[in-house]
Amino acid sequence: MSNSAQLAAIGRGKTKETIQNGIYKANPVTHQVLGICSALAVTGRLENSLVMGGALIFVLAMSNLIVSILRSLIPRRIRMITEVAIIATFVIFFDQFLKAFYWDMSRQLGPYVALIITNCIVMGRAEAFATQNPPLLALLDGVANGIGYALILAIIGVFRELIGSGALLGYQVLSETWYTQNLIFVLAPGAFFTVGFLIWVINAINPPMREEVK
Amino acid sequence: MNGAPVWAILISSIFTNNILFASFLGICSFLVCSNRIGTAVGLGSAVTFVMFCTTVLNYLIYYYVLVPLNLEFLSFIIFIVVIAAFVQFVEMFVERFSPDLYYALGIFLPLITVNCAILGAALFMVIRKYTFVQTVFYGLGAGLGWALAIALMAGLREKMGYSNVPTALQGTGIVMLIAGVIAMTFMGFAGMLSTQ
Repeated sequence: MSNSAQLAAIGRGKTKETIQNGIYKANPVTHQVLGICSALAVTGRLENSLVMGGALIFVLAMSNLIVSILRSLIPRRIRMITEVAIIATFVIFFDQFLKAFYWDMSRQLGPYVALIITNCIVMGRAEAFATQNPPLLALLDGVANGIGYALILAIIGVFRELIGSGALLGYQVLSETWYTQNLIFVLAPGAFFTVGFLIWVINAINPPMREEVK
Repeated sequence: MNGAPVWAILISSIFTNNILFASFLGICSFLVCSNRIGTAVGLGSAVTFVMFCTTVLNYLIYYYVLVPLNLEFLSFIIFIVVIAAFVQFVEMFVERFSPDLYYALGIFLPLITVNCAILGAALFMVIRKYTFVQTVFYGLGAGLGWALAIALMAGLREKMGYSNVPTALQGTGIVMLIAGVIAMTFMGFAGMLSTQ
Protein backbone atom coordinates (compact mmCIF):
# COMPACT_ATOMS: atom_id res chain seq x y z
CA MET A 1 0.00 0.00 0.00
CA SER A 2 1.58 3.30 -1.06
CA ASN A 3 1.50 6.37 1.14
CA SER A 4 -0.90 9.22 0.68
CA ALA A 5 1.57 11.57 -1.06
CA GLN A 6 2.10 9.04 -3.82
CA LEU A 7 -1.59 8.44 -4.11
CA ALA A 8 -2.19 12.16 -4.42
CA ALA A 9 0.43 12.36 -7.18
CA ILE A 10 -1.26 9.54 -9.07
CA GLY A 11 -4.51 11.34 -8.46
CA ARG A 12 -3.30 14.52 -10.20
CA GLY A 13 -2.17 12.59 -13.25
CA LYS A 14 -5.52 10.85 -13.46
CA THR A 15 -7.65 13.96 -13.14
CA LYS A 16 -7.93 14.70 -16.85
CA GLU A 17 -8.39 11.06 -17.73
CA THR A 18 -11.12 10.69 -15.14
CA ILE A 19 -13.06 13.62 -16.56
CA GLN A 20 -12.67 12.45 -20.16
CA ASN A 21 -13.69 8.90 -19.33
CA GLY A 22 -16.77 9.98 -17.43
CA ILE A 23 -18.12 12.37 -20.00
CA TYR A 24 -17.06 11.03 -23.34
CA LYS A 25 -14.72 8.06 -23.72
CA ALA A 26 -16.52 5.69 -21.40
CA ASN A 27 -19.85 7.43 -21.15
CA PRO A 28 -21.92 5.48 -18.62
CA VAL A 29 -25.11 5.38 -20.69
CA THR A 30 -23.93 4.76 -24.23
CA HIS A 31 -20.73 2.83 -23.66
CA GLN A 32 -21.17 0.97 -20.43
CA VAL A 33 -24.97 0.73 -20.92
CA LEU A 34 -25.74 1.53 -17.33
CA GLY A 35 -28.66 3.46 -15.94
CA ILE A 36 -30.77 2.94 -19.03
CA CYS A 37 -34.02 2.68 -17.08
CA SER A 38 -34.24 6.33 -16.13
CA ALA A 39 -32.68 7.41 -19.42
CA LEU A 40 -35.73 5.89 -21.08
CA ALA A 41 -38.35 6.78 -18.55
CA VAL A 42 -37.98 10.48 -17.83
CA THR A 43 -36.83 11.80 -21.19
CA GLY A 44 -40.26 12.44 -22.70
CA ARG A 45 -39.77 16.09 -21.81
CA LEU A 46 -36.49 18.02 -21.76
CA GLU A 47 -37.27 19.65 -18.42
CA ASN A 48 -37.62 16.29 -16.69
CA SER A 49 -34.41 15.07 -18.30
CA LEU A 50 -32.50 18.06 -16.95
CA VAL A 51 -33.84 17.66 -13.42
CA MET A 52 -33.04 13.96 -13.50
CA GLY A 53 -29.53 14.71 -14.75
CA GLY A 54 -29.03 17.19 -11.93
CA ALA A 55 -30.29 14.65 -9.40
CA LEU A 56 -27.86 12.06 -10.66
CA ILE A 57 -24.87 14.43 -10.62
CA PHE A 58 -25.66 15.31 -7.01
CA VAL A 59 -26.21 11.75 -5.81
CA LEU A 60 -23.28 10.31 -7.72
CA ALA A 61 -20.81 12.97 -6.57
CA MET A 62 -21.85 12.83 -2.92
CA SER A 63 -22.06 9.05 -2.66
CA ASN A 64 -18.70 8.65 -4.41
CA LEU A 65 -17.17 11.15 -1.98
CA ILE A 66 -18.57 9.48 1.13
CA VAL A 67 -17.83 5.93 -0.03
CA SER A 68 -14.27 6.99 -0.83
CA ILE A 69 -13.77 8.65 2.56
CA LEU A 70 -15.09 5.55 4.32
CA ARG A 71 -13.44 3.07 1.98
CA SER A 72 -10.93 1.73 4.49
CA LEU A 73 -13.52 1.57 7.27
CA ILE A 74 -16.20 -0.44 5.47
CA PRO A 75 -15.84 -4.18 6.08
CA ARG A 76 -15.69 -5.99 2.75
CA ARG A 77 -18.53 -8.37 3.51
CA ILE A 78 -21.13 -5.67 4.07
CA ARG A 79 -19.68 -3.34 1.45
CA MET A 80 -22.66 -3.47 -0.94
CA ILE A 81 -25.35 -2.81 1.62
CA THR A 82 -23.32 0.06 3.10
CA GLU A 83 -23.00 1.62 -0.32
CA VAL A 84 -26.71 1.22 -0.95
CA ALA A 85 -27.48 2.90 2.38
CA ILE A 86 -25.19 5.84 1.56
CA ILE A 87 -26.72 6.23 -1.90
CA ALA A 88 -30.26 5.95 -0.55
CA THR A 89 -29.54 8.69 1.98
CA PHE A 90 -28.65 11.19 -0.72
CA VAL A 91 -31.55 10.10 -2.90
CA ILE A 92 -33.90 10.76 0.01
CA PHE A 93 -32.32 14.22 0.42
CA PHE A 94 -33.00 15.03 -3.20
CA ASP A 95 -36.49 13.58 -3.18
CA GLN A 96 -37.47 15.58 -0.09
CA PHE A 97 -36.01 18.70 -1.69
CA LEU A 98 -38.10 18.17 -4.84
CA LYS A 99 -41.23 17.45 -2.80
CA ALA A 100 -40.73 20.62 -0.76
CA PHE A 101 -39.91 23.09 -3.54
CA TYR A 102 -40.94 21.55 -6.87
CA TRP A 103 -44.01 19.49 -6.16
CA ASP A 104 -45.14 19.29 -9.79
CA MET A 105 -41.76 18.02 -10.91
CA SER A 106 -41.74 15.52 -8.08
CA ARG A 107 -45.15 14.25 -9.24
CA GLN A 108 -44.00 13.90 -12.82
CA LEU A 109 -40.79 12.06 -12.05
CA GLY A 110 -42.80 9.76 -9.79
CA PRO A 111 -40.82 6.74 -8.66
CA TYR A 112 -37.84 7.45 -10.88
CA VAL A 113 -36.07 9.71 -8.38
CA ALA A 114 -36.22 6.90 -5.83
CA LEU A 115 -35.01 4.50 -8.47
CA ILE A 116 -31.67 6.30 -8.59
CA ILE A 117 -30.88 3.98 -5.67
CA THR A 118 -30.85 1.00 -7.98
CA ASN A 119 -29.38 2.96 -10.88
CA CYS A 120 -26.43 0.84 -11.91
CA ILE A 121 -24.26 3.90 -12.60
CA VAL A 122 -24.24 5.05 -8.99
CA MET A 123 -23.61 1.58 -7.61
CA GLY A 124 -21.10 0.83 -10.35
CA ARG A 125 -19.03 3.96 -9.79
CA ALA A 126 -19.08 3.52 -6.01
CA GLU A 127 -17.97 -0.07 -6.40
CA ALA A 128 -15.49 0.30 -9.24
CA PHE A 129 -13.99 3.70 -8.58
CA ALA A 130 -14.74 5.16 -5.15
CA THR A 131 -13.58 2.10 -3.22
CA GLN A 132 -10.13 2.34 -4.81
CA ASN A 133 -9.43 6.06 -5.16
CA PRO A 134 -8.89 9.06 -2.86
CA PRO A 135 -11.93 11.22 -2.01
CA LEU A 136 -11.30 14.21 -4.29
CA LEU A 137 -10.68 12.06 -7.34
CA ALA A 138 -13.79 10.03 -6.50
CA LEU A 139 -15.81 13.24 -6.22
CA LEU A 140 -14.50 14.31 -9.61
CA ASP A 141 -15.32 10.93 -11.11
CA GLY A 142 -18.82 11.22 -9.71
CA VAL A 143 -19.32 14.68 -11.22
CA ALA A 144 -17.82 13.63 -14.57
CA ASN A 145 -19.98 10.51 -14.86
CA GLY A 146 -22.99 12.49 -13.70
CA ILE A 147 -22.40 15.07 -16.40
CA GLY A 148 -21.90 12.33 -18.97
CA TYR A 149 -25.23 10.87 -17.95
CA ALA A 150 -27.01 14.23 -17.81
CA LEU A 151 -25.69 15.08 -21.27
CA ILE A 152 -27.09 11.92 -22.82
CA LEU A 153 -30.39 12.46 -21.05
CA ALA A 154 -30.54 16.01 -22.36
CA ILE A 155 -29.84 14.84 -25.92
CA ILE A 156 -32.55 12.18 -25.72
CA GLY A 157 -34.89 14.69 -24.11
CA VAL A 158 -34.36 17.24 -26.91
CA PHE A 159 -35.08 14.69 -29.60
CA ARG A 160 -38.11 13.18 -27.95
CA GLU A 161 -39.75 16.46 -26.99
CA LEU A 162 -38.97 18.09 -30.33
CA ILE A 163 -40.18 15.21 -32.49
CA GLY A 164 -42.93 14.12 -30.15
CA SER A 165 -44.61 17.42 -29.37
CA GLY A 166 -42.73 19.97 -31.45
CA ALA A 167 -41.68 21.82 -28.32
CA LEU A 168 -38.62 22.42 -26.18
CA LEU A 169 -38.90 23.01 -22.43
CA GLY A 170 -42.63 23.46 -22.99
CA TYR A 171 -42.30 26.22 -25.61
CA GLN A 172 -43.75 25.41 -29.02
CA VAL A 173 -40.76 25.49 -31.40
CA LEU A 174 -42.25 23.79 -34.44
CA SER A 175 -45.52 25.48 -35.29
CA GLU A 176 -48.57 23.24 -35.08
CA THR A 177 -49.84 24.65 -38.35
CA TRP A 178 -47.39 22.64 -40.42
CA TYR A 179 -45.80 20.19 -37.98
CA THR A 180 -47.78 17.10 -37.11
CA GLN A 181 -46.87 15.97 -33.64
CA ASN A 182 -45.41 12.51 -33.65
CA LEU A 183 -46.80 11.35 -30.32
CA ILE A 184 -45.13 7.96 -30.43
CA PHE A 185 -41.87 9.65 -29.45
CA VAL A 186 -43.29 10.90 -26.19
CA LEU A 187 -44.69 7.45 -25.44
CA ALA A 188 -42.76 4.34 -24.46
CA PRO A 189 -41.72 2.97 -27.89
CA GLY A 190 -40.18 6.31 -28.86
CA ALA A 191 -37.88 6.08 -25.88
CA PHE A 192 -36.55 2.72 -27.02
CA PHE A 193 -36.14 3.91 -30.61
CA THR A 194 -34.34 7.12 -29.62
CA VAL A 195 -31.92 5.36 -27.30
CA GLY A 196 -31.37 2.58 -29.82
CA PHE A 197 -30.53 5.02 -32.61
CA LEU A 198 -28.37 7.13 -30.30
CA ILE A 199 -26.31 4.10 -29.32
CA TRP A 200 -26.05 3.13 -32.97
CA VAL A 201 -24.75 6.57 -33.99
CA ILE A 202 -22.30 6.82 -31.11
CA ASN A 203 -20.97 3.31 -31.66
CA ALA A 204 -20.50 4.06 -35.34
CA ILE A 205 -18.51 7.24 -34.64
CA ASN A 206 -16.60 5.93 -31.66
CA PRO A 207 -16.46 2.10 -31.64
CA PRO A 208 -16.51 0.68 -28.12
CA MET A 209 -13.60 -1.41 -26.87
CA ARG A 210 -15.69 -4.13 -25.36
CA GLU A 211 -15.46 -7.86 -25.64
CA GLU A 212 -17.85 -9.59 -27.99
CA VAL A 213 -20.84 -11.06 -26.24
CA LYS A 214 -21.89 -14.25 -27.91
CA MET B 1 -58.08 4.53 -2.76
CA ASN B 2 -57.70 3.05 -6.17
CA GLY B 3 -61.01 1.48 -7.09
CA ALA B 4 -59.88 -0.74 -9.92
CA PRO B 5 -61.01 -4.39 -9.72
CA VAL B 6 -58.23 -6.88 -9.04
CA TRP B 7 -58.50 -8.73 -12.35
CA ALA B 8 -58.08 -5.44 -14.18
CA ILE B 9 -54.93 -4.72 -12.17
CA LEU B 10 -53.58 -8.16 -12.92
CA ILE B 11 -54.17 -7.89 -16.68
CA SER B 12 -53.00 -4.30 -16.96
CA SER B 13 -49.80 -4.94 -15.01
CA ILE B 14 -48.97 -7.81 -17.36
CA PHE B 15 -49.95 -6.19 -20.66
CA THR B 16 -50.99 -2.56 -20.86
CA ASN B 17 -48.76 -1.25 -18.11
CA ASN B 18 -46.00 -3.79 -18.52
CA ILE B 19 -43.35 -2.82 -16.03
CA LEU B 20 -40.60 -3.17 -18.62
CA PHE B 21 -42.15 -1.80 -21.80
CA ALA B 22 -44.26 0.96 -20.27
CA SER B 23 -42.34 1.89 -17.12
CA PHE B 24 -38.84 0.98 -18.33
CA LEU B 25 -37.87 -0.86 -15.15
CA GLY B 26 -35.36 -3.68 -14.98
CA ILE B 27 -33.80 -2.81 -18.33
CA CYS B 28 -30.23 -3.51 -17.17
CA SER B 29 -30.71 -7.19 -16.48
CA PHE B 30 -33.13 -7.35 -19.41
CA LEU B 31 -30.28 -6.33 -21.73
CA VAL B 32 -27.67 -8.58 -20.20
CA CYS B 33 -29.65 -11.76 -19.61
CA SER B 34 -31.85 -11.99 -22.68
CA ASN B 35 -29.38 -13.94 -24.81
CA ARG B 36 -30.82 -17.38 -24.22
CA ILE B 37 -34.36 -18.52 -23.49
CA GLY B 38 -33.30 -20.81 -20.64
CA THR B 39 -31.54 -18.01 -18.77
CA ALA B 40 -34.34 -15.58 -19.48
CA VAL B 41 -37.05 -17.89 -18.18
CA GLY B 42 -34.97 -18.69 -15.06
CA LEU B 43 -34.39 -15.04 -14.28
CA GLY B 44 -37.99 -14.22 -15.13
CA SER B 45 -39.39 -16.73 -12.67
CA ALA B 46 -36.97 -15.64 -9.96
CA VAL B 47 -38.01 -12.01 -10.48
CA THR B 48 -41.72 -12.93 -10.43
CA PHE B 49 -41.32 -14.78 -7.15
CA VAL B 50 -39.21 -12.11 -5.43
CA MET B 51 -41.34 -9.25 -6.75
CA PHE B 52 -44.55 -10.85 -5.56
CA CYS B 53 -43.20 -11.52 -2.05
CA THR B 54 -41.34 -8.25 -1.52
CA THR B 55 -44.19 -6.07 -2.80
CA VAL B 56 -46.57 -7.71 -0.34
CA LEU B 57 -43.97 -7.52 2.44
CA ASN B 58 -43.25 -3.87 1.69
CA TYR B 59 -46.97 -3.11 1.69
CA LEU B 60 -47.29 -4.48 5.22
CA ILE B 61 -44.20 -2.64 6.42
CA TYR B 62 -45.20 0.62 4.79
CA TYR B 63 -48.77 0.75 6.06
CA TYR B 64 -48.34 -0.91 9.43
CA VAL B 65 -44.92 0.39 10.51
CA LEU B 66 -43.83 3.45 8.55
CA VAL B 67 -47.16 5.29 8.23
CA PRO B 68 -48.12 5.04 11.95
CA LEU B 69 -44.65 6.31 12.86
CA ASN B 70 -44.73 9.12 10.25
CA LEU B 71 -41.55 7.77 8.70
CA GLU B 72 -42.75 7.64 5.08
CA PHE B 73 -39.65 9.50 3.91
CA LEU B 74 -37.57 6.51 4.95
CA SER B 75 -39.56 4.25 2.66
CA PHE B 76 -36.88 4.08 -0.07
CA ILE B 77 -34.18 2.83 2.23
CA ILE B 78 -36.51 0.44 4.04
CA PHE B 79 -37.80 -1.01 0.75
CA ILE B 80 -34.33 -1.66 -0.59
CA VAL B 81 -33.17 -3.22 2.68
CA VAL B 82 -36.26 -5.45 2.77
CA ILE B 83 -35.59 -6.55 -0.80
CA ALA B 84 -31.89 -7.23 -0.17
CA ALA B 85 -32.61 -9.11 3.04
CA PHE B 86 -35.41 -11.13 1.43
CA VAL B 87 -33.25 -12.13 -1.50
CA GLN B 88 -30.45 -13.17 0.84
CA PHE B 89 -32.88 -15.18 2.93
CA VAL B 90 -34.43 -16.93 -0.04
CA GLU B 91 -30.99 -17.75 -1.37
CA MET B 92 -29.95 -19.43 1.89
CA PHE B 93 -33.29 -21.18 2.23
CA VAL B 94 -33.29 -22.55 -1.30
CA GLU B 95 -29.67 -23.62 -1.07
CA ARG B 96 -30.39 -25.52 2.14
CA PHE B 97 -33.66 -27.20 1.23
CA SER B 98 -33.77 -27.57 -2.52
CA PRO B 99 -30.41 -27.85 -4.28
CA ASP B 100 -32.13 -28.45 -7.64
CA LEU B 101 -34.07 -25.22 -7.43
CA TYR B 102 -30.91 -23.51 -6.23
CA TYR B 103 -29.07 -24.48 -9.37
CA ALA B 104 -31.99 -23.38 -11.51
CA LEU B 105 -32.74 -20.07 -9.82
CA GLY B 106 -30.02 -19.47 -7.25
CA ILE B 107 -27.50 -17.96 -9.61
CA PHE B 108 -30.00 -15.25 -10.54
CA LEU B 109 -30.88 -14.23 -7.03
CA PRO B 110 -27.94 -11.86 -6.35
CA LEU B 111 -28.78 -10.08 -9.62
CA ILE B 112 -32.27 -9.37 -8.40
CA THR B 113 -31.30 -7.11 -5.50
CA VAL B 114 -30.23 -4.43 -7.93
CA ASN B 115 -33.09 -5.02 -10.37
CA CYS B 116 -34.94 -1.73 -10.35
CA ALA B 117 -38.21 -3.40 -11.33
CA ILE B 118 -38.49 -4.90 -7.84
CA LEU B 119 -38.04 -1.55 -6.09
CA GLY B 120 -40.16 0.10 -8.76
CA ALA B 121 -43.09 -2.23 -8.07
CA ALA B 122 -42.96 -1.34 -4.37
CA LEU B 123 -42.89 2.37 -5.20
CA PHE B 124 -45.77 2.13 -7.68
CA MET B 125 -47.74 0.24 -5.05
CA VAL B 126 -47.41 3.28 -2.76
CA ILE B 127 -47.92 5.95 -5.43
CA ARG B 128 -51.06 4.32 -6.86
CA LYS B 129 -52.50 3.76 -3.36
CA TYR B 130 -53.33 0.10 -3.87
CA THR B 131 -55.19 -1.80 -1.18
CA PHE B 132 -53.74 -5.03 0.17
CA VAL B 133 -55.60 -7.33 -2.22
CA GLN B 134 -54.77 -5.07 -5.15
CA THR B 135 -51.11 -5.13 -4.10
CA VAL B 136 -51.10 -8.92 -4.11
CA PHE B 137 -52.37 -8.99 -7.69
CA TYR B 138 -50.20 -6.10 -8.79
CA GLY B 139 -47.01 -7.75 -7.47
CA LEU B 140 -47.91 -10.96 -9.26
CA GLY B 141 -48.88 -9.25 -12.51
CA ALA B 142 -45.84 -6.99 -12.65
CA GLY B 143 -43.54 -9.96 -12.10
CA LEU B 144 -45.29 -12.03 -14.78
CA GLY B 145 -45.17 -9.08 -17.15
CA TRP B 146 -41.44 -8.71 -16.68
CA ALA B 147 -40.87 -12.44 -17.16
CA LEU B 148 -42.99 -12.37 -20.32
CA ALA B 149 -41.00 -9.43 -21.66
CA ILE B 150 -37.58 -10.99 -21.12
CA ALA B 151 -38.71 -14.37 -22.48
CA LEU B 152 -40.06 -12.68 -25.64
CA MET B 153 -36.84 -10.80 -26.14
CA ALA B 154 -34.68 -13.89 -25.57
CA GLY B 155 -36.69 -15.80 -28.17
CA LEU B 156 -36.17 -13.02 -30.70
CA ARG B 157 -32.47 -12.69 -29.90
CA GLU B 158 -31.90 -16.41 -30.41
CA LYS B 159 -33.42 -16.10 -33.89
CA MET B 160 -31.46 -12.92 -34.50
CA GLY B 161 -28.23 -14.89 -34.27
CA TYR B 162 -28.83 -15.82 -37.91
CA SER B 163 -29.40 -12.32 -39.18
CA ASN B 164 -26.91 -9.81 -40.43
CA VAL B 165 -26.99 -6.86 -38.05
CA PRO B 166 -24.80 -3.80 -38.80
CA THR B 167 -21.68 -3.86 -36.63
CA ALA B 168 -22.39 -0.65 -34.76
CA LEU B 169 -25.94 -1.74 -34.02
CA GLN B 170 -25.02 -5.12 -32.55
CA GLY B 171 -25.68 -5.74 -28.90
CA THR B 172 -27.56 -3.01 -27.07
CA GLY B 173 -28.61 -0.97 -30.08
CA ILE B 174 -30.62 -3.64 -31.87
CA VAL B 175 -32.16 -4.86 -28.60
CA MET B 176 -33.40 -1.32 -27.95
CA LEU B 177 -34.97 -1.05 -31.39
CA ILE B 178 -36.67 -4.44 -31.04
CA ALA B 179 -37.87 -3.46 -27.57
CA GLY B 180 -39.38 -0.36 -29.16
CA VAL B 181 -41.34 -2.49 -31.63
CA ILE B 182 -42.53 -4.82 -28.85
CA ALA B 183 -43.51 -1.79 -26.77
CA MET B 184 -45.67 -0.63 -29.67
CA THR B 185 -47.46 -3.95 -29.80
CA PHE B 186 -47.98 -3.85 -26.05
CA MET B 187 -49.53 -0.40 -26.42
CA GLY B 188 -52.10 -2.11 -28.59
CA PHE B 189 -53.38 -3.87 -25.49
CA ALA B 190 -54.31 -0.49 -24.04
CA GLY B 191 -57.62 -0.74 -25.89
CA MET B 192 -58.64 -3.60 -23.58
CA LEU B 193 -58.72 -1.53 -20.42
CA SER B 194 -57.63 1.88 -19.34
CA THR B 195 -56.71 1.52 -15.71
CA GLN B 196 -53.49 1.69 -13.80
